Amino acid sequence: MANVSYRKERIDRGIKARTDDIFAIASLQETLYLLFPRLLLIVPLVVFPLLQGIIGAYWETVFLIALVVTLLALSWDLLASVGLVSLGQALFYGVGGYFTAFLSNYLGLPPLISIPLATVSGASVCTLLLYPVLRLRGVYFGLITFAIPLLLMRTIEATKILGGTEGISGLAPLPGLTVELYVMVAIAFVGVFGLRRLIDTDYGLVLRAIRDNDRSVEAGGINVPWYKAQAVFIAALPATFAGAFIAHHYQVVGMSAFALDYSVLPLTAVVIGGPGSFAGALLGAFVLVPLSETLRQFGTLRVVIYSVILLIFVVGLPEGIFRFAQRKYQQFERLVPMEEVAKE
Amino acid sequence: MKQQPILKVADLSKSFGGVHAVNGVGFELQPGETLGIIGPNGSGKSTLINLITGFVKPDSGKVIFRGQDITGAPPFKIVTSGIARSFQMARSFSSMPVYKNLIVPLYSARARKLKGGQYGDRDETAIHLLEEVGFERDSSVPYKLAGSLPHGYVKRLELARCLALDPEIIILDELFSGMSMSEVASILPLLERINEEGKTLIMVEHRLRELFRVVNRAIVLNFGTKIAEGTPEEVVAVQEVRDAYLGSETEDA
Repeated sequence: MANVSYRKERIDRGIKARTDDIFAIASLQETLYLLFPRLLLIVPLVVFPLLQGIIGAYWETVFLIALVVTLLALSWDLLASVGLVSLGQALFYGVGGYFTAFLSNYLGLPPLISIPLATVSGASVCTLLLYPVLRLRGVYFGLITFAIPLLLMRTIEATKILGGTEGISGLAPLPGLTVELYVMVAIAFVGVFGLRRLIDTDYGLVLRAIRDNDRSVEAGGINVPWYKAQAVFIAALPATFAGAFIAHHYQVVGMSAFALDYSVLPLTAVVIGGPGSFAGALLGAFVLVPLSETLRQFGTLRVVIYSVILLIFVVGLPEGIFRFAQRKYQQFERLVPMEEVAKE
Repeated sequence: MKQQPILKVADLSKSFGGVHAVNGVGFELQPGETLGIIGPNGSGKSTLINLITGFVKPDSGKVIFRGQDITGAPPFKIVTSGIARSFQMARSFSSMPVYKNLIVPLYSARARKLKGGQYGDRDETAIHLLEEVGFERDSSVPYKLAGSLPHGYVKRLELARCLALDPEIIILDELFSGMSMSEVASILPLLERINEEGKTLIMVEHRLRELFRVVNRAIVLNFGTKIAEGTPEEVVAVQEVRDAYLGSETEDA
């Protein structure tokens, strides 16, 4: 045969088929197969805060920011799973920050109470704010979410409420960087693993179905606007938490909490990490945030390099790092000669 | 003795920018009846269905289901009260396995009260429903992605989605369109059985020969107005109906 052509064949590892469920505990090998990728994620995050002496406070703070972006990205990813493309994650972030500042400074509540309270009440308020526009789809919803944080920012600036351009300062401090990092790491884990589980339940399935075809879901007897509102509330929680937590970290919250960065970074992180997987949100944030710190030394060129990397991911790896790695881990690839074609 | 009608549609109207899509249409439906809605393209059949099921709000008129006014109620409420429908342009949840498509209706408030709608039973109920509408038993088809289904199976899936809700009225919007003769032939006994089980059927169809094997009464729409009502034989005998729509179709029948 002169020219044998080959095609690439992908086969699931046998072990994968067996270990998708809880039965994996049956054998050590299968347990390790399941644990390994998870540990690869968990161990560095748990160890990193301990290395403050070696790495220095600067990179520890970068680590903290990466966790903030992770939470915002998780929030973005859940909204996207229901078909709501958010261009305004800063809304949740800023609302969380201002709520905790209000509770802490004006009502004198300690952070242990003001942060959770700001998280839940902030998420409720954001859900109410977005409820009227939930019927909008695709880019229209995105445009509204894009506008709301900017609108709030200018309102604060113009009316001088909530500290105006100065912001609200003197928030109660948190007990130190190491504790802060561990709290954030814990919340990020709850977010990643919790949302991954949620989206696999029947409830999560209904949410994903809304993205696919909302009329058909409605015809299935499901109150679509109500489910969307629930999804927005759940998605808002990690983001308002991040905003409230960081407000106490810096002990100040200002208009910059509604800045565009907090809307763009999470979106980009999910694109890099892999949409719909939640673990991708975390991976993406931990690639993106340190990268953008490193690129600071390039000055304005930073934006160019940043854009090129983004382009590479959007064009070259649209499934994101997480799904790519998952595929490589769970599948064999081999070349199979295509004899039928060769004979013709 | 005449029973209380299960569904009463009175003087229903809807215009889209000056065009009377549905103009003063009314009919009554007895429990267990099968009604066909026929008419040429653009005669307002689908709009009428959308008005009854709440997907479009009527300008005027009333829809009474079991004595309750459901006019303009949101679609999910109408479904919950017991009217399920399929779509003419059937689309599945393409990123999910076929049987998972049925988890959505099974998760609804109505289905959760039924046997088999509880947590843990839903996957099994879904597979069972698929078998009922003609997905081969023990094949791998229910586990494939719904996006890869051929058109005829998407239609069956739509029917299964209706059945999952155990409704009192099932409205099928052009279920047969895009189906082959043999596919239609295989689904007709199923429809008859559903009707025998006491479910009321409304079918919007273009394929009259097949439709008239299922329904015992039909209404004919033209330009949004009801021009005839009666048994299949009666409506095809009306000259206005022949002029509007049937013409050659009845001659070769």
